[in-house]
Amino acid sequence: MLKRLITSREALLVGAIGLLLILISTRFSGFAAPSNLANVFNDTSPLILLAIGQMIVILTKCIDLSVAANLALTGMVVSMVNVAMPGLPIIFIVAIAIGLGALLGMFNGILVWKLQIPPIVVTLGTMTIFRGIIFLLSDGKWVNSHEMSPAFKAFPRAEILGLPVLSWIAIFAVIVFGIVMTRTTLGRAFYAAGGNPHAATYAGINVGKTQFWAFTISGALAGLTGYLWVSRFAVAYVDIASGFELDVVAACVIGGVSIMGGIGTVAGALLGALFLGIIKNALPVVDISPFWQLAISGGAIIIAVILNAQANRKKGRIILKQAEQAS
Amino acid sequence: MLQHPGITTTDVDTTKAVAVLALDKVTKTFPGVKALSEVSLSLYPGKVTALIGENGAGKSTVVKILTGIYQPDGGQILVDDKPTPFPVPQAAATHGVTAIHQETVLFDELSVAENIFLGHAPRNKFGLIDLAAMTEKARALLSGIGADIDPATKLKDLGIASKHLVAIGRALSIDARVVIMDEPTAALSHKEIEELHELVESLKAQGKAILFISHKFDEIFRIADNFTVFRDGQLIGDGAIAEVTEAALVKMMVGRDVSQIFPQRTPNVADTVLSVAGYSHPTEFEDISFELRKGEILGFYGLVGAGRSEFMQALFGITRTSAGAAEIDGAPVQIKSPADAVDNGIVYVPEDRGKQGAILDLPIFQNVSLPSLGRISSKGFLKLAEEFALARSYAERLDLRAASLDTHVGNLSGGNQQKVVIAKWLATQPKVIILDEPTKGVDIGSKAAVHEFMAELAAEGLAVIMVSSEIPEVLGMSDRVIVMREGRIVAELADDDLKPETLVRHAAGI
Repeated sequence: MLKRLITSREALLVGAIGLLLILISTRFSGFAAPSNLANVFNDTSPLILLAIGQMIVILTKCIDLSVAANLALTGMVVSMVNVAMPGLPIIFIVAIAIGLGALLGMFNGILVWKLQIPPIVVTLGTMTIFRGIIFLLSDGKWVNSHEMSPAFKAFPRAEILGLPVLSWIAIFAVIVFGIVMTRTTLGRAFYAAGGNPHAATYAGINVGKTQFWAFTISGALAGLTGYLWVSRFAVAYVDIASGFELDVVAACVIGGVSIMGGIGTVAGALLGALFLGIIKNALPVVDISPFWQLAISGGAIIIAVILNAQANRKKGRIILKQAEQAS
Repeated sequence: MLQHPGITTTDVDTTKAVAVLALDKVTKTFPGVKALSEVSLSLYPGKVTALIGENGAGKSTVVKILTGIYQPDGGQILVDDKPTPFPVPQAAATHGVTAIHQETVLFDELSVAENIFLGHAPRNKFGLIDLAAMTEKARALLSGIGADIDPATKLKDLGIASKHLVAIGRALSIDARVVIMDEPTAALSHKEIEELHELVESLKAQGKAILFISHKFDEIFRIADNFTVFRDGQLIGDGAIAEVTEAALVKMMVGRDVSQIFPQRTPNVADTVLSVAGYSHPTEFEDISFELRKGEILGFYGLVGAGRSEFMQALFGITRTSAGAAEIDGAPVQIKSPADAVDNGIVYVPEDRGKQGAILDLPIFQNVSLPSLGRISSKGFLKLAEEFALARSYAERLDLRAASLDTHVGNLSGGNQQKVVIAKWLATQPKVIILDEPTKGVDIGSKAAVHEFMAELAAEGLAVIMVSSEIPEVLGMSDRVIVMREGRIVAELADDDLKPETLVRHAAGI
């Protein structure tokens, strides 16, 4: 089991992250200190949560571009609920966030499943719709720190065993989805539906329904992250996490998730998110200009894609030979 | 009539014409398979040469060599008697060789005129495409071949016959000297076939050399001047069509010792397990009825496009039927999805391993367990130990050769991939197993293993349906054979009727 979890691709990423940390340490010795690494992990936790959801969606040959908008809409809704009902226990806030996020995800899923609209079109549309709804709900106004209840803001920062709740939630999600993806029939269906939709159909798996569940999970995780985001930054407005969906997709790609579907692991999504998180946290402290920071992040993504393409190419050749024999 | 494998024949027709395009002792080998062995073929201007052979005889490989897609390993291509290699497809086009494929290779979203002139469109003085001139030229070309098609129409709005006409228009637009037609009438209606035959006549009159690949003997005798027969990648015979009979052609095409390579079995046929009555589909098949008994291997034979796979997919719940009923063990069953079929004990091993069979990125054990997940899980959680045990037992039974059950299926050989797919279906403990072209693209050694295994399945009381286009396989394995033509059952053969000639006659309708 452990052997399967850490395939060569994940091991390569661990190596790359180690190398990256050593490189950064030569310029800024404090970076690799445990307390700083814990901060970096906490900072990266929203990205990890979303990357897990996105990984599942991409596994089924789809893509979810609406995650950041979903996050912002859910964040705005729970903030407004909190303003309206400051006494509502946080557990309900969390439940609303997950439930609303899942509903928004289901909306994507239904359009993909029942109407067979290409996922990129569906989520490009809902991305704009979700942002538009935030504007309608809030009239474009911000929900600011002083309007939020102290409990609302304290939850993700509360520390358990020295780590903030936000980090624990990310860890919890990694474990839960690690199990879902490897040990459940649903997890297996995600791999089968994306790896070979035809074969999955013949095996009695409803591919469209499987994609629907992938969008639902992605939406639920985005909704949860929405609450964590607005409470951590203590502000909600139309444009929060704008463009974050691209970071999420990038984390998946760096983590070895095949954009063609069927290949990817929770560990890969986690490591891809961490890799991106470390770069984003380290580049400012080692005095690299913001322009170069963007270029370096982009470069990392392209290198990851090239490595993945190399890994997949050999297999393609074998298939072709058999195709030739068949003729 | 000539019957001498591997010997070149020249001047087939009494005329002393020089072949426009010829293959001289061409050999082509793929890993594990010798697709062509020193075959020769000559095409003459103004003559139609029919290329005849079973599936797997090497016809497609010849087309790919003639059009520069494959390079021969031995022998040479002659253009006007001069050795001319075709290193790239463009080289073939430059020498005026063009192919019209079974499935047209055109662009749905482009107009007819654009399709015809793609890559060599007329230009205006600014170097831009001259739309008016292109449309006019296309119109002239199309009316020249008697096709009433508006050049401005998008290709996707045309029927299959019109698409063929556009493909032919394209062939003429690049001033083709040789036109290769690979089963052009396989998907056409009767009237469309008539029109195509007239067109072939007019191409002949224009002095084009035509290579016509077809399974239909009536049309071969109607339009061909010469014939060339391939079997197992070898030249079996060639000559003028006027000097040969249908029976002789069929014999050349299928004539080989059928029995020796197949497992000897004594069928132990028991009760009826599956009965199908009146299965129909609006466009693909009609009134399919038959019974299948335990321990029996029932062969389904027919030409490509006879509707066999389409019917099997409907039986398996992938496509819906418009009428018909099925019974399993005497009880009516409703099969509306593949999951229903699997639950009722019917499994389908599809023809296209890559596309429909295995999931290449998943390890062996996960592929094997995929349709059985319901049985080896509780409340959605998989019992991994049971999953492994299931996979191991079927992998051993099928003699699956792999480093471990963790190996990804994509890393296995074709034969072992096929075994994974079969193991996957056996693991569901089916009553009826449908094998669609079970040995297509599989090397000889694995082929024998698949046949052995099929015999074992039947011996264990499973009912096996085998869809196959390989006559030796159909005859060697089946207890009974149902022959389909154009979506209907045309014959059910058993015992003494199981002869290659009979099969071919029924399948081709002669």
